[in-house]
Amino acid sequence: MDLAFTPDEDAFRSEARAWLDSHVPATALPSLETEEGFAAHRAWEAELAADRWSVVSWPTAYGGRDAGILKWLIFEEEYYAAGAPGRVSQNGINLLAPTLFDHGTEEQRARILPSMTSGEVVWAQAWSEPEAGSDLASLRSRAARTDGGWRLSGQKTWSSRAAFADRAFGLFRSEPDTPKPHQGLTYVMFDLRAPGVTVRPIGRLDGKPAFAELFLDEVFVPDEDVIGGVGEGWRVAMATAGNERGLTLRSPGRFLASAARLLDLWRTHGDPSDTALRDRVADALIGARAYQLFTYAGASRFLEGERIGPESSMNKVFWSEYDIALHETALDLLGAEGELAGTDWCEGYVFSLAGPIYAGTNEIQRDIIAERLLGLPKGRR
Amino acid sequence: MRFLLDDEQRAFARSLNALLTAADTPSVIRSWAAGDHSPGRALWSRIADAGVFALAVPEAYDGVGPLPVELTVAFVELGRHAVPGPLVETVAAASLLTDPGPAKRLLPGLASGETIATVALPGPDERALDGDAATVRLTVGGDALRLAPGHGPVCASIDPARRLTALDRGGELLASGPHVVAAAEEALTRARLATAAQALGTGLALLDKTVAYVRQRAQFGVPIGSFQAVKHQLADAKKALEFARPLLFGAALSLRPADVAAAKVAACEAAYATARTALQLHGAIGYTAEYDLSLWLTKARALRTAWGTPHVCRALVLCGTGGLGGGLGGEPGGGLSGGARRS
Repeated sequence: MDLAFTPDEDAFRSEARAWLDSHVPATALPSLETEEGFAAHRAWEAELAADRWSVVSWPTAYGGRDAGILKWLIFEEEYYAAGAPGRVSQNGINLLAPTLFDHGTEEQRARILPSMTSGEVVWAQAWSEPEAGSDLASLRSRAARTDGGWRLSGQKTWSSRAAFADRAFGLFRSEPDTPKPHQGLTYVMFDLRAPGVTVRPIGRLDGKPAFAELFLDEVFVPDEDVIGGVGEGWRVAMATAGNERGLTLRSPGRFLASAARLLDLWRTHGDPSDTALRDRVADALIGARAYQLFTYAGASRFLEGERIGPESSMNKVFWSEYDIALHETALDLLGAEGELAGTDWCEGYVFSLAGPIYAGTNEIQRDIIAERLLGLPKGRR
Repeated sequence: MRFLLDDEQRAFARSLNALLTAADTPSVIRSWAAGDHSPGRALWSRIADAGVFALAVPEAYDGVGPLPVELTVAFVELGRHAVPGPLVETVAAASLLTDPGPAKRLLPGLASGETIATVALPGPDERALDGDAATVRLTVGGDALRLAPGHGPVCASIDPARRLTALDRGGELLASGPHVVAAAEEALTRARLATAAQALGTGLALLDKTVAYVRQRAQFGVPIGSFQAVKHQLADAKKALEFARPLLFGAALSLRPADVAAAKVAACEAAYATARTALQLHGAIGYTAEYDLSLWLTKARALRTAWGTPHVCRALVLCGTGGLGGGLGGEPGGGLSGGARRS
């Protein structure tokens, strides 16, 4: 048992750090959830991709460095420690790309991945529908057969980044009246600017259009934009959901950096006599280290050939609750200033509040922990 | 990087678990609580024969240590079975005996299990555990390490297996000087780490017992474990325990006081929260002294404040203060390993 990195991993860390030191913008980019900020973040993705820092764990053929999971974790630690911008391409990189690697064709990978890594095409997810949230398999949007492809109709909602993104991916019902709801679904990619698509941005708690409703009216999609087999969408999508909940969505580097910023805030704003608040700052440091070490242990198991299974649900509940607690502590440290909108802490707080809801609600995650890790019987939800 | 126990360490955990499962610890605990130490002494010998105490003692004195990771593995299992006695204190005693004379005289007995030690360090924890059962009672006052001639009356703890006693001050001087102060700091860190491991084991046992209970306890015609309100409490307990575990082993690797303090906070909070859940989900039967669950429930509470309260440990994480006498030299602004690089 050890926590040591190899000289090669240390050299990788130094290289990443040096690149970030000379490239991370000195002043923060405008918010990702604005038109101006979205464009600025898109340009940053191109800068990352130009020097092959966009997707370090991918094969070199697709712009990566073939770096293993430990180097990916190292990169993420350095990335967030350097205060680098949020990743506007993360839906594509973390959710769609793993599906393309596992279930896509060579043609699809060659066509889609380069413009994804460069930020030229930004992807949004289109899972939820007004009547299909946690019970995703009850979705109703249809894919109807047509010459050379499919016509999509229906309504998707809570589509993160869709207000400014270019394309989207999601599940559609290609066979009506199957015996079980998760049968007859097909995984489809589509253009958000295609005829028949209406994007209605939705303001999140602070009014920023972080997500959108999508209305699809007979939107044509060619056959080559179906991933995996027709009717196989549920199985294909669940591979993505596993990725989303697992190691790739929220790296420890992000929270280590947030905890370090919180410690700085405590030093400048903390009242030494307020030991209750001091204890919460300590908990933020402890939680960031716990998450880092939990991830190192998971990565070690992964490197020994184990798959990251339902324990990724513990990971998701942990970071989503941790993120809120950390930001609440920061706002409390700021005192009356804490309510001011437009600060990094306030923006981070609003963002953190969504954590327990997206990527599978924490209620669903707790069911998974109880049923698959503890072996408790299934029951009515 | 391979942040996993190796096969040998896992086999050690399994064999210790098997030994303790066969030992019927609840009856040993109940005898110990009543002041009858003989079943506990017999179990102590078997734990020593399994090599547990030797892990804390250097080879020169008949030990195989110090091996903090293996000790941590062992203490998780000791906690899982709620083994009574001054286990943590015996490990701490090994760290105090640094001078060759006292080391040669006392360490071999600790390693072999012939002697049981307890310890009182300066500070708020003035009561030592099981002073009546211990055959070696060490005190540190100022820069002096002494062999206490006796102990005060036994005070009952909320955990009936923990019999708290003041130790007589004075007695034979074993060592003195600044190195005694340093050894006491080290003993505190080792004791805190062992307590964290013991707490994690206590919490894991509480979770297992409660999962087993809610699978078989039926109400409204179905196992209560099929209800979401029950499942989600257990899911939270599982999550908290599993996130404490890597902190514990990370601390065993670094032995930095702040890392150990973080592990103590996380393991003890997780174990205590699991105890609350275990009691709630067992219902009235869990609230009885007769039912063995009580032996784990009360230990989870007692360990939370033993060898460093959550508050003291959090202060250590944040400021590098909160060790003996309030100062460890400090690493201002957080002494945890693995923190983000800061500009």
